[in-house]
Amino acid sequence: MLSEQTSPNNPEKNSRPAGSAENDAGPPTLNDNDLLEMYRTMVLSRVLDQRIWQMNRQGRAAIVASAQGHEAAQVGAIRALDPERDRFYIYYRELTTMLALGITPLELLLGFLAKDGEPLSGARQFPLHGAIDRQRCDIVSFSNVVATQLPQAVGVALADKMRGEKRVTVAYFGDGASSMGETHEAMNFAAIHRLPVIFFCENNKYAISVPLAQQMNIESVATRATAYGIPGIEVNGFDPVAVYEAVGAAANRALAGEGPTLVEAVVERFLPHTSDDDDTRYRPAEDLEGIRDLDPIPATEKLLRASGALDDALDQEIKSAAQKIVNQATEDAENAPFPEPHDFYDQVYAPGSPGDQS
Amino acid sequence: MAEMTVIEAVREALREEMERDPAVFTLGEDIGARGGVFLATEGLIEQFGAERVIDTPLAEASIGGVALGAAVNGMRPVAEIEFGDFIWPAVNQVIGEAARVRYGTQGRRSAPLVLRVPYGGGVRGGLFHSQSIEVAFAHQPGLKVIAPSTPYDAKGLLKSAVRDDDPVIFFEHKRTYRLVKGDVPNGDYTIPIGQADVKRAGSDMTVVSYGLVMHYCLEAAAALAEEGVDVEVVDLRTLRPLDTDTVLESVRKTSKAMVVHEDTKAIGIGGEIAAVIADEAFEDLDAPVKRVAGPEVPAMPFSPLLEAEFMPSAEKIATAMRELAAY
Repeated sequence: MLSEQTSPNNPEKNSRPAGSAENDAGPPTLNDNDLLEMYRTMVLSRVLDQRIWQMNRQGRAAIVASAQGHEAAQVGAIRALDPERDRFYIYYRELTTMLALGITPLELLLGFLAKDGEPLSGARQFPLHGAIDRQRCDIVSFSNVVATQLPQAVGVALADKMRGEKRVTVAYFGDGASSMGETHEAMNFAAIHRLPVIFFCENNKYAISVPLAQQMNIESVATRATAYGIPGIEVNGFDPVAVYEAVGAAANRALAGEGPTLVEAVVERFLPHTSDDDDTRYRPAEDLEGIRDLDPIPATEKLLRASGALDDALDQEIKSAAQKIVNQATEDAENAPFPEPHDFYDQVYAPGSPGDQS
Repeated sequence: MAEMTVIEAVREALREEMERDPAVFTLGEDIGARGGVFLATEGLIEQFGAERVIDTPLAEASIGGVALGAAVNGMRPVAEIEFGDFIWPAVNQVIGEAARVRYGTQGRRSAPLVLRVPYGGGVRGGLFHSQSIEVAFAHQPGLKVIAPSTPYDAKGLLKSAVRDDDPVIFFEHKRTYRLVKGDVPNGDYTIPIGQADVKRAGSDMTVVSYGLVMHYCLEAAAALAEEGVDVEVVDLRTLRPLDTDTVLESVRKTSKAMVVHEDTKAIGIGGEIAAVIADEAFEDLDAPVKRVAGPEVPAMPFSPLLEAEFMPSAEKIATAMRELAAY
């Protein structure tokens, strides 16, 4: 239903296969209620993201890598996956992914304010880094070092395959990480062993300050898939339904034992790389002109209104609910204490094992 | 009890651990049909199949990264790095990531992987097949680092490494593989990680060492015994966590200490041991702590006389022992 939307990268197309998929079976078609739910998550993510950015400018949040512009891609991908079955090796720009997987705004704000009770690392790490309790959801984000999660995700999928478990591991990365040698090694290994992995690239066209043309001599990261003998799909990352369909087809392939897929969601980075970056130093103003007109959140709102699934009252309710949730979470996170260093030496090594100092 | 070489002990430990636990598997370059360039994995692919003995592309970053991912997801991978000299692309995954998994997730994930790393020189390996690189890993909290010197220690410690819940880097000295033979009990036994072993008891000085040159220390100690000097040789076996208790206990008894390693001297294991002794046993010392170690050149040269110039030998060690005894 969102096929009228245009890709920010290429107005003529929404998705384009670079390699050929053996199994083109897509996921079930989404209805208006599904899309409405995705819209709610996108709105919540945007409101939360804006709040965190604001708190950074007020000196209350040390660092943020904004997901603004990535929301549709992230919510579309998660819609095609199973949070209980699948495994998520994310990177630092995944606020919407976290919300879509059920991590709460308060939990996320505890991370951005480095407060006690932060659920990924106890605030030992940067926001959005560490791991969620496995029983709850297998979300892992060990590192700030780009592309390290790709071979790890491949090893995770290898373990599932060895045990005969039917799960999909999704390795998230950006266009910047696509230049790393580990990205090549990971895709090559996964392809050789036909592992159930989705390589999900959110291409926002900038590696901090370096534009795509200086990162690669090709137009699309997805075309690299042919070098590994796997399908590569470029999809409009402003179209949540197109992303859902591409990721759903990739998940079906993975579960059918047909191996990995590279899905490239082309998005835009609405804000600088992080709160410590100044994109006016390298990004021409005209680069962002017109792009905000394609913002997937108002575009989805428009579509939902056109189909009659959304009216003024419901839209108002969704937006004020998001504000209310984020306001409450902000207050609660502000009131939470910083972690004391009482467990500073815990978990260097396994409790009781040689070297344990806890 | 059977006499075997270090490489046979490594192979037996791997085989027994793979038989014991279906979560144990091995991956690396040429480890399948080839059996590994040193034959550490000879026969394993026939017994366990290509799914548990995985020949990888020549790509160390993914050997480290795939092993790490599998470990985090409940498996017990034992990855072989073909030569220690080739490990650097994997360092991002091992020092950068694996060492921090437990700490960086507050224990929500762990990384019980083993990286087996043939290292060291004296094998005409030249600059890129001789390196001693253990100190780079031993510096990193979160890793455990093992460097056995005998078949008995190699088997028992490799089994402990496989069963350990943290990432372990297991350094196997290439020259010991076939040179060093010893008795190894049949069947299952383990040796605790983090415990040094007194390989020769003595009363006049303590010599702390590990790996190949530990054997040169024993040779030198035998020579010194004929000269009336009774040398105690402590084999560290584990480089992280260091068993400082055993070292200090020995030094308090002998009052003289020396550290011997093949790796270069500056900023090395020997410096750390000397510092621990100075901190904890200064008043027990009758002489400065001595170090015998590799020279300050980037790596071991290829040609035989040049290689010998680099390597610590029993003669060089004996000379240092005599100096220390005379102090």
